[in-house]
Amino acid sequence: MSAVLPPLGTDPSAAGPAPAAPGLRRTVIADAPAAGAARPAAGRRARGWLVLPWLVPAGLIGVWHVLAVTGQLSSGVLPGPLDVLRTAWQLALQGTLVHDILVSLRRVALGFLLGSGTGLALGFLVGLSALARGLLDRSLQMVRTIPHLALVPLMILWFGIGEEPRILLVAMGSLFPVYLNTMSGIRNVDPKLVELGRSYGLSPFALVRSVILPGALQPILVGVRYALGVAWLTLVVGETIASRDGIGYMVQNARELLRTDIIVLAIGLYAIAGWLADLLTRLVERRVLRWHPSYAKGASA
Amino acid sequence: MSAALALRGVGKSFGERHVLRPLDLDIPAGQFVSLIGPSGVGKSTLLRLVAGLEPPTAGRIELLSASARPDARLMFQEDRLMPWRSVLRNVTLGLQERDEEARRLLAAVGLAGREADYPVVLSGGQRQRVALARALIHEPDLLLLDEPFGALDAITRAAMQLLLQALLARRPRTVLLVTHDVEEALLLSDRVLLMRDGGIAHDLPITGPRPRHRGDPVLAALKEELLDGLLAAESAR
Repeated sequence: MSAVLPPLGTDPSAAGPAPAAPGLRRTVIADAPAAGAARPAAGRRARGWLVLPWLVPAGLIGVWHVLAVTGQLSSGVLPGPLDVLRTAWQLALQGTLVHDILVSLRRVALGFLLGSGTGLALGFLVGLSALARGLLDRSLQMVRTIPHLALVPLMILWFGIGEEPRILLVAMGSLFPVYLNTMSGIRNVDPKLVELGRSYGLSPFALVRSVILPGALQPILVGVRYALGVAWLTLVVGETIASRDGIGYMVQNARELLRTDIIVLAIGLYAIAGWLADLLTRLVERRVLRWHPSYAKGASA
Repeated sequence: MSAALALRGVGKSFGERHVLRPLDLDIPAGQFVSLIGPSGVGKSTLLRLVAGLEPPTAGRIELLSASARPDARLMFQEDRLMPWRSVLRNVTLGLQERDEEARRLLAAVGLAGREADYPVVLSGGQRQRVALARALIHEPDLLLLDEPFGALDAITRAAMQLLLQALLARRPRTVLLVTHDVEEALLLSDRVLLMRDGGIAHDLPITGPRPRHRGDPVLAALKEELLDGLLAAESAR
């Protein structure tokens, strides 16, 4: 043995780096600091990552503010951020701002729940049953290609300017993203896992609950995120066309009164609402997909 | 507890192509049988037929057992763990209130303390241990192993073979193992079936005391014999 393997303790590298032979250059590829040496605080870096995404929006608002204050931007074209905030405060004092926001939120929530619920149910049905796929998928794919906003005039004729047309439009907008992602998510669940579930005696219901739903959850949540965006978009159009309240009506009214500050405020509100909705779905994703390698880090944050 | 398996004229063909020629096979209760042979001779197909994952196109498969609902459990080359279930929940898949037993089995396969982990953080060998515990918790009358250690590195594979031997020494079961590894078949089985061209070419009983060791000269001689048979089967294709 000792003829082949040098005895322990005579490791040549233990004595420090061997002198480089003449003509050879030494390049250090990595050199880890000794244990206990000062390292950048992990907490500071984490806080840095929280601040980082806000730098661009904050910078843009700063530039906007400077342009408005120096008079480069006429307030008729684009009022400055402080003017918009002042308008928001006035509208809030009148009570119309909160009312409009709540009305719009309610419409989005109802329409989105109706649409994504239907999309989820149809997606499951078509994804799980070959019969339902044969019966429904072609028709649904055809309906999907109709731009749902093209139905606005018809909706107004049918339902007038009550709540129904807007909620139905939002529902139609959020149905198909959820339907498509649910269906393809279910059909793409690893058939080996499904076979294992079957051979281990899972009932059809248990198979869906323990294998198919968790396996399809990631694409379903992508569909939900996308549907939330479409829901807001649809609401803007729906409220601009025929409405007595809501953020869209606020914009419509402001256009007639040439109040650019209110229009900018409404755009800001849409941006905030979209960001909040996205934040919410990402929190749900982190929670329910914490087993997933891509989300495993987020679980600890 | 264990079951005897009887196959009568069992065959499988897809159209004109015979994957498995009609064959008879009797496996007494408690016997460990290995199926070896070149790839594509129908070893895994036979196992899937016995597991009930696919219907045979000919013949009859019977499981004779004293238990009320005789059960066969299949373990695959891939672990097929549900990545969204913890180690413990993977073992108790489809079962209720069997946590105590699952913990005991996980300890028996050397994974005590890993119950709450997700499969993604386990190594390949650890995942196969979970899959083994998941198969054993059902107390199967018949344990079907489809190259369960085929994807593992040599050291992990040897450890898994030792583990399986130890578990079976404690509680004998009827086992049908498909493997490419002649040494593994000799180490574990009471009987080795060499498959060739969709049928069983040799039926070789393996006797000798257990636990067996790789260096055993009797096993070495048998290994030569089986390898010769395998090479003949391979060149006959």
